[in-house]
Parts: sequence; C-alpha cells; structure tokens
Amino acid sequence: MLNVPTLAQMKASGDAPDVLFWVGCAGSFDDRAKKITKAFAKLLEKAGIKYAVLGTEESCTGDPAKRAGNEFLFQMQAFGNIQTLNAYEVKDIVTTCPHCFNTLKNEYPELGGNYTVKHHSQYLQELLNEGKLSIEGGAFKGKKITFHDPCYLGRANGVYEAPRALIEKLDSEMVELKRSRANGLCCGAGGAQMFKEAEKGEKEINIERTEEALQANPDIIAAGCPFCNTMLTDGVKHFEKESKVKVYDLAELVAKAEDLI
Amino acid sequence: MIQQILFCIALGIAIFIFSKNLKFIIRNIKLGKDLDVSDRKPERITTMLKVAFGQTKMAARPIPAILHFIVYAGFMIINIEVLEILIDGIFGTHRVLSFLGPVYDFAIGFFEVLALLVLVSCVVFLVRRNVLRIKRFFGREMTSWPKADANYILIIEVVLMTALLKMNAADYLLQQMDADHYVKAGSFPISKALFVPFFEGFSAETLMLIERVGWWFHILGILAFLNYLPFSKHFHIIMAFPNTYFSNLDAKGRFTNMPEVKKEVELMMDPTADPFAVPAPDTNAEPTRFGAKDVTDLNWRQLMNAYTCTECGRCTSECPANQTGKLLSPRAIMMATRDRLDEVGKNIDKHGEKHDDGKALLRDYISEEELWACTSCNACVEACPVNIDPLSIIMDLRRYLVLEESKAPQELNMMSTNIENNGAPWQFSQADRLKWAQES
Repeated sequence: MLNVPTLAQMKASGDAPDVLFWVGCAGSFDDRAKKITKAFAKLLEKAGIKYAVLGTEESCTGDPAKRAGNEFLFQMQAFGNIQTLNAYEVKDIVTTCPHCFNTLKNEYPELGGNYTVKHHSQYLQELLNEGKLSIEGGAFKGKKITFHDPCYLGRANGVYEAPRALIEKLDSEMVELKRSRANGLCCGAGGAQMFKEAEKGEKEINIERTEEALQANPDIIAAGCPFCNTMLTDGVKHFEKESKVKVYDLAELVAKAEDLI
Repeated sequence: MIQQILFCIALGIAIFIFSKNLKFIIRNIKLGKDLDVSDRKPERITTMLKVAFGQTKMAARPIPAILHFIVYAGFMIINIEVLEILIDGIFGTHRVLSFLGPVYDFAIGFFEVLALLVLVSCVVFLVRRNVLRIKRFFGREMTSWPKADANYILIIEVVLMTALLKMNAADYLLQQMDADHYVKAGSFPISKALFVPFFEGFSAETLMLIERVGWWFHILGILAFLNYLPFSKHFHIIMAFPNTYFSNLDAKGRFTNMPEVKKEVELMMDPTADPFAVPAPDTNAEPTRFGAKDVTDLNWRQLMNAYTCTECGRCTSECPANQTGKLLSPRAIMMATRDRLDEVGKNIDKHGEKHDDGKALLRDYISEEELWACTSCNACVEACPVNIDPLSIIMDLRRYLVLEESKAPQELNMMSTNIENNGAPWQFSQADRLKWAQES
C-alpha cells in the first residue's frame, strides 16, 4: 500500500508540499489509469519528492464539459477547484493527464487560478536531469518503443520533446509513427468523444491510429494520456495483438525500468 | 489617344467595382462580434511575415509548396511590370521605364522566366486537380462551383502569362524592324524561343495588332481578375495577410472562457456578490446568445477566417473524423460560414438590417452530426497554411446547442450530470477518489 499524503493532512500538521499531484478523474477511477497513478506516485516517492494529492477534495477540472459545449458547468467546476487550490496556496501542480494539464495551465488563469503546471513527462524529465531519479538496468534494452502524441500535450501545448527524452533514456529503440508530433493523429477520445459513441462513419479513429502504430512493429506503444491509453489498448485488442504489443504510459515505463512495478 | 481614354475608363470601372465589393466584404466581417486583438504587435507582424509572406506552413507538403511559391513569387514580381503598364496606358507611352537600361533589360528577361515558370506550375496544378484527381480536392463540399472556381483561376493565369509572352514576342520583332514608337528595350529569352518562330515574316501592321491585343488582353485580364477575387477562393492572396496578423497567438489548447458565463457563475457562487449591483439590463439591447447559432453570433475574426479560406482542404485531409468517414469536414465548416455570411450580407442590402430570413448557420448550413464528430484535436488548425481556426466555430456552435437548446447527445448529458453530482464524468463517488492508494 502506498502512503499518499493529502493536502488536508499536510496542512493539519502545518506542512506544505513542494508539488501537488493532480490525479484527475481517470487516474482516480479508471482501473487501467489507476495503475499509471500508482506508478507515478511510486516514482515521486522514490525521488524523495514532498508531494500531496487533494484526494476527496479534487473534482473534475471541467475539461470534458467545456469541450462538449457546457461552458456553464466548466466554469462551475473551475470556480470550485480554484477556490480549493487557492485556499491551500498551491503553486506547483503536476498531472498525468494532458487534459487536466491543459485546462489548469491555460484556462484557469483567467478565472483566478494561477499555477505552474507540468505534465508528468516534463516533471520526470526534470527529476532525471537533476539526478533525483536514474534509470539503470536494461528492462527495455533492445525493445522497440513508439510514442503516440496526445493532442492536448502536443499540438495544444507544444510539448513534444519531454516524452521522447524519457523513452530515449530507457536504452530502447525509439520508432516514430508516420504521423507524429504536430502531425500526430488523434486517438479519438478528445473533445468529450470518450464519453459518447462516435458519429457514424466507416471506421473508429482509435482503430485507424492503432493500425498505424502496429505498422511500426513495436513491442510497446507508449502513451502520455489515460484516455489515449484506453483507446490504444482497445485498438490493440481489436487487432488481437495484446500478447505481443503492450500499451504503457510513460510513467509506467520509467517505473518498470526502476523496478518499482 | 482613343486607347488612352479607353484605358482610363476601364481602369476607373475596375477600381470602382472592386472597392464596392471590398466594402461589402468588410461590412460583412464587421457583422461579427467584437474581439480585441490589438496586443502583441511585434509578434503579430512576425507571424504574418513568416506564415503569409514566407509561407512557412506550406512546407509540410513540399511539392505543392514549391509550385505555389513559384506562382506566388511570380505573381508578386511580374506585377511590378503592371506599374509600367498602368503608366503606359494612361499617358500613351511605350515601355516608359526603359530608360533604366540594363536593369530594365534584366528585369524584363527575369519576368519572362518567371512567367514561364508560373505557366508551367499552373499547368501542373491543373493536372493535379483534373487528371491525378488528388483526394484533397474532392469531398462533399467540393461541388461544381468550388471545383470550377479553382480551374478558372489556373486557366486565367495560364492565359495571362501567355498574353504577356506573346506581347513581348511581337514587341521584340517590332523593335528589330525599327518600328516607330517601339523603343529598343528589354530582353526576351522566353518569348523569343516560344513565340517568335510563329510570328516570323508577319508584317509590321500584323505584329502591332498582336502586340496591342496582347497588351490589352494582359491588362484587362488583370483588371477582370482583380474583380473576380471577391467572389472566389482566390481572395486569399489578399486576406492571408490580415488573417495571419490577427490570428490566435495563444496555446492552441486554450479555449475561450465565455465572459457572459463567468458573470453568471460568479453571481451564483460568490456569497458576497450583490445581485442588485448589476446595472439594470438595457431593454433595447439585442438579447445575448450563449454560443453561436448564426454567423452574426461569431466574432469578426472567425468571419474573416471564412473569407480567407482558399479551400485547399489540408484541414479536412488531416481531420481524424473526416479520415474515418464521418460527415465532419473543417473545410466545409469554413465554406458554410462564408456562404451564409454572404447570404446575410445580401439580405441586409436588399431588405435592411432587421430582416430575418428564417435561416441560420446551424442546421441550414452545418448539421449537429458534423459538430458532434469533432475531437477538438486541433489538427485542422495546425494544418491551415493561413492560420484559420475552424475548431473555434465548431465549439461556438456546440455551445449554442448545449447552453441554449440543451441539445447534446444523450451520453454527454449523462456525463454532465455525473460531473455536477459527483465531480467526475463517470458515476463514482467523490469520497472514493483516493481509493487507488489503498489498492495494491
């Protein structure tokens, strides 16, 4: 069992964390995404970071509501979260979800929430660069890893290098997808599509994307977003390749290399 | 003398009609809601120079990028000669700038080379559209007019360049004959090779006729082309510049926080807010709508985007929904916005400002099915060579559907209910948010 401190506990003991780990709804409730959350928490612990989570005080950032057109609900959520965050005087946030990352970073400031927000790929890269984490051993030596750029990390915020830097440190073979970086193809989950059936068409977007990823013939498809992870995992299952090709989050890859999971 | 008078009349008419049409478009764009983009001027100029002038975003597809750059550079540079044509036309002179000597000779020779390159590029473009039938140029929104428009532009350019070279060939031969009025000036590497062999042995009168016809054809063609622009996708040659200058400089993931919603949320959530402190509503003011139902609910930048679109289809070909056979096409969103705006503008001119034709952008032009197919991935925005943002229009229409009509797909309504009730898009209790830490 992990010892995960909450902000409330810390404050009660007169302490404050260096960084708030914003877990997100998928990271809190989705069985697959919870593994990513745990892997990242273990990494934070290993690196000796004084972190905390909001726990039961965390609520949806409002991203899916906003993209679905429900601006009212989004701003209600933002208002509540900003009140909580500001009450705890939070300054630094790290999150494993690019949607939370984008919303907290870009849309909250105008509503009164000003924080330094990092995606966990950026944060892990910093920990590695500062020597607080180091990847040893060759868990992924010779493995072919490809990376799927999440739209809300890549195109939306221009973060392309941090995830790649992590994969490179794994001593594995990085293969780029045909459509990558700014040209990356969406997994199909963005814009609240995750929560509805796709409109009628010839194909599911995640099948199109997974097909492309499988063409690169990887051992591992790396993702940096819990929703992309779900879409790609489903895609791999669709092609019945789940025994050969694994979909892992960047945090899981680093944690595996560190023998933490 | 007659020629000078005719030229001045033609020029006057052309400028008059063009400014009238330009005014129509500017007025239409101003029908959009206010948007303040007076900030970050140096960054805006840099963006315009890079994206519009330098065409950096075209580079993603190298073959059309090179061909397009040739036509663009050729068009800009050859148009320097139009300056001379204008002076010659008004004052009845001939090659008035020829006093520049070797510089002039070089310039005319260089223009000829460019003219040939433009001509060849346009032919290749025609082949790509009509013989190779590249997929991007088709699709449901590419009906007969958009297809014809693209071909007309290319054919007009081929004809204009041919007229220029023919005129030069006749001019060159007349210069050789020491014909009156035809000063010996210019160098003609291309027209000499291409057209002179056909004109050999023609009398001076015939050559003068060819030269004059070529001259008139070239300048009338340019004036006609100028007036074709406001009705055509080719208008992008002008609009690309203001459109990139005013384009969004923020992170693409940052969607606007609707200020009218912010006001309401603050009133509701803030215990210290005084509802009576709000000024009494202006009863004459138009009721504000949440989101966009029609083009007049969009902001002027979105409307300018619509007039800038050149229907190249890079957005649609990158769109994940479109690639997987969904109805959504970002290009169709832009074309629908422009067509509807044109219609609204014409209605105002005919029936006055208050006229309601009972139609709207939503449903009459853009269907709900298109809107709900979008993943908000920003691929269309990234792909546009002139920084058009189809996603912002899709979002504003979605906002209207949800906030004014409560018309979201059923699953999304359930998602919203979950967020409202338990702070997550799924039905999990907020009290269980930290359960993951207890699980091994």
